[in-house]
Amino acid sequence: MESTPQFVGRSLYDLDDYSSDEIMYILEAAKGMKEINLREYKKIPTLRGKTVCTLFVEDSTRTRMSFELAASRLSADVVSFQATVSSLKKGESLQDTVNTLNAMGIDLYCIRHSSPGSPQLVHKYSGKPVINGGDGRHAHPTQALLDIFSIWERLGNLKGLKITIVGDILNSRVVRSDLIGMTKLGMEVTVCGPRTLMPANMEQIYGCKVEYDLAEALKDADIVMGLRMQLERMTEGLFPSLEEYSRHYVLSKETIKYAKKDALIMHPGPMNRGIEILPEIADSAQSIIVEQVANGVAVRMALMFLILGGKL
Amino acid sequence: MTTLIKNGIAYINNRFSRKDILLKNGKIQRIAQTINLDKVDQIIDTSGKYVFPGFVDIHTHLRDPGQTYKEDIASGTRAAAHGGFTTLCAMPNTEPVVDNIASVDYVQRRAKDLGSARVFVIGAITKKSEGLEISEMATMKSGGIVAVSDDGNCVQNAKLMLNCMRYATNFGLPLIIHAEDYNLSGKGQINGGKVATKLGLTGISPLAEEVIVARDIMLAENCGAQLHIAHISTARSIELIREAKERGVKVTCEVTPHHLLLTEEACLNFDTNTKMKPPLRTEKDRQACVKALKEGIIDCIATDHAPHADFEKAREFDQAPFGIIGLEIAFPVLYHYLVKQGYLSLERLVEALTSAPVKILNLPESALKTGNPADLTIIDLGAETIFTPESILSKSKNTPWLNQKVSSKVLYTFLEGRQTWKAE
Repeated sequence: MESTPQFVGRSLYDLDDYSSDEIMYILEAAKGMKEINLREYKKIPTLRGKTVCTLFVEDSTRTRMSFELAASRLSADVVSFQATVSSLKKGESLQDTVNTLNAMGIDLYCIRHSSPGSPQLVHKYSGKPVINGGDGRHAHPTQALLDIFSIWERLGNLKGLKITIVGDILNSRVVRSDLIGMTKLGMEVTVCGPRTLMPANMEQIYGCKVEYDLAEALKDADIVMGLRMQLERMTEGLFPSLEEYSRHYVLSKETIKYAKKDALIMHPGPMNRGIEILPEIADSAQSIIVEQVANGVAVRMALMFLILGGKL
Repeated sequence: MTTLIKNGIAYINNRFSRKDILLKNGKIQRIAQTINLDKVDQIIDTSGKYVFPGFVDIHTHLRDPGQTYKEDIASGTRAAAHGGFTTLCAMPNTEPVVDNIASVDYVQRRAKDLGSARVFVIGAITKKSEGLEISEMATMKSGGIVAVSDDGNCVQNAKLMLNCMRYATNFGLPLIIHAEDYNLSGKGQINGGKVATKLGLTGISPLAEEVIVARDIMLAENCGAQLHIAHISTARSIELIREAKERGVKVTCEVTPHHLLLTEEACLNFDTNTKMKPPLRTEKDRQACVKALKEGIIDCIATDHAPHADFEKAREFDQAPFGIIGLEIAFPVLYHYLVKQGYLSLERLVEALTSAPVKILNLPESALKTGNPADLTIIDLGAETIFTPESILSKSKNTPWLNQKVSSKVLYTFLEGRQTWKAE
């Protein structure tokens, strides 16, 4: 396996910059990386001498670990910048932070930030490729890639598959990136949640279906994805209580019956068991939630490999 | 000092005709078909060029006192002259807020000493523009303010606003409102629409503007106040104003160059120079603004010149401040994109930048007329302007038109016969 010029030095802000062929190429590469992750010695020397920086301005342990493991397994050096213990907390601007990091010789940035568009800023200030690890409610393309990879690996194809995504669509960056990637690859996406958690113009923007009723939304679904319901949305006046939300939108044995038999169950994590999903579903044989996490490392390895011009 | 401007195409009484204009002792001394004089200090041949009355901006943020790293009275009025403006109205949201006569005096004195434009002061509606208590409007009026406004802020309490209107009306002061319901706008960054959904940015619903426009029209109608609505941005707001005008409510409004020319689509690349309040709206709203300006439902154009330093705008989108500069940009972009493309007549554009704003705030006339102050600007519509960080005279360079080239170029600006701008 080898990277191709079209990937080298390129940033990943969101999936709309990548063609369906390019996405499939990344998935193929991820397949190879997954094989490495199953070895006893999970390391290859391809990115030796390269330095990857995880720049996490918003807290996230899992995604950061996934990026760092991915870089380590390709033998890149990893430096980790966390806002909670850093100069950004002392009021330093993102621009100054990036200038400082850049002076230390970073080859690739993986950024998580609460402000949409900040990965583009990091690229502007550093001139280096940037992988978006989640920017506010805007995009989370590596999560979308690992979601798509997980479906593709399990079901063997993507075109024509029906996926229903349920929950807080308004505040989800995962949904936005999933929608772009999945529709690009020919999947049919339905989003479902109460009107107060549904952003405007979804059908027009993404070509998806919008349903407010769970039973209706789940009809004929090959895959069902739950989203984390965040407690703080209650105080914003978007819904009255988790209990009431759960009563209408929880993924349970009862509700999942509306989907196809043996439909795959997914969740980007972390889960609120008992609120958006019941353990009976999360831990069922249909669930690929744990696999998604494993695939996340493989997909991120593939991206770093391609962007930094790796060779196998 | 005498200046003879020869052969220009002059805008007089909303029409264009070829005239010679003689400026003497700060006044327009003569306008005639041909003036031949031997003893003049300066003769400017303006064959093929246009001579307009000095433009008037009733919505400028000079940032002085308090934020002079963004702009000050000297740089802001220099920028005005560069854009063909000779008269500005300074918004009071400085640090401290212009809510007292001492601050009014400060701005007026500095403008007189250092200014390349005439500056009128707008006082705050409420103390510190906090929306809690009525400011000393009457005292400020005696010090020379021409209107009151809490621009940048909006009085949320309807009862207090009604009292402010009644009080301002008592002293003959028009009120200029920035229509924004804080609960509806919330932490919004751009228009609450398609682009906000796509970019994951919090939206500012058009309703945030419209409910306050509706409320303040009703309040003004109730107490007879003179209400001027700043930077109108939605089709529905325009309809509300149209209906109010038809009912005879004393309401006027303005529109900015950016709301006439840009839409929310401009935000797609996260350029913080497309971030302002009210936000850029949809194409439907933009077209409604152009149409309403043409028809006179929108009375005038105002720049909402809002300078911010590079380091402030070079932030994450949701952390960057709202606002863009406009004084130097307004005429060239409006001429290029509206007049040249046939969407607006040159006559209406000039009217909306001169006699219309003057009428709203009852300011001294800006017209090419014998005996008037020699405030005018000479513009070559055939030449081009590129807005570069070097060419922009404002201290701040925050404009979405940075490094863009447009038709027309301001060649000269005169304030009371004194040359305040001359192109290289």
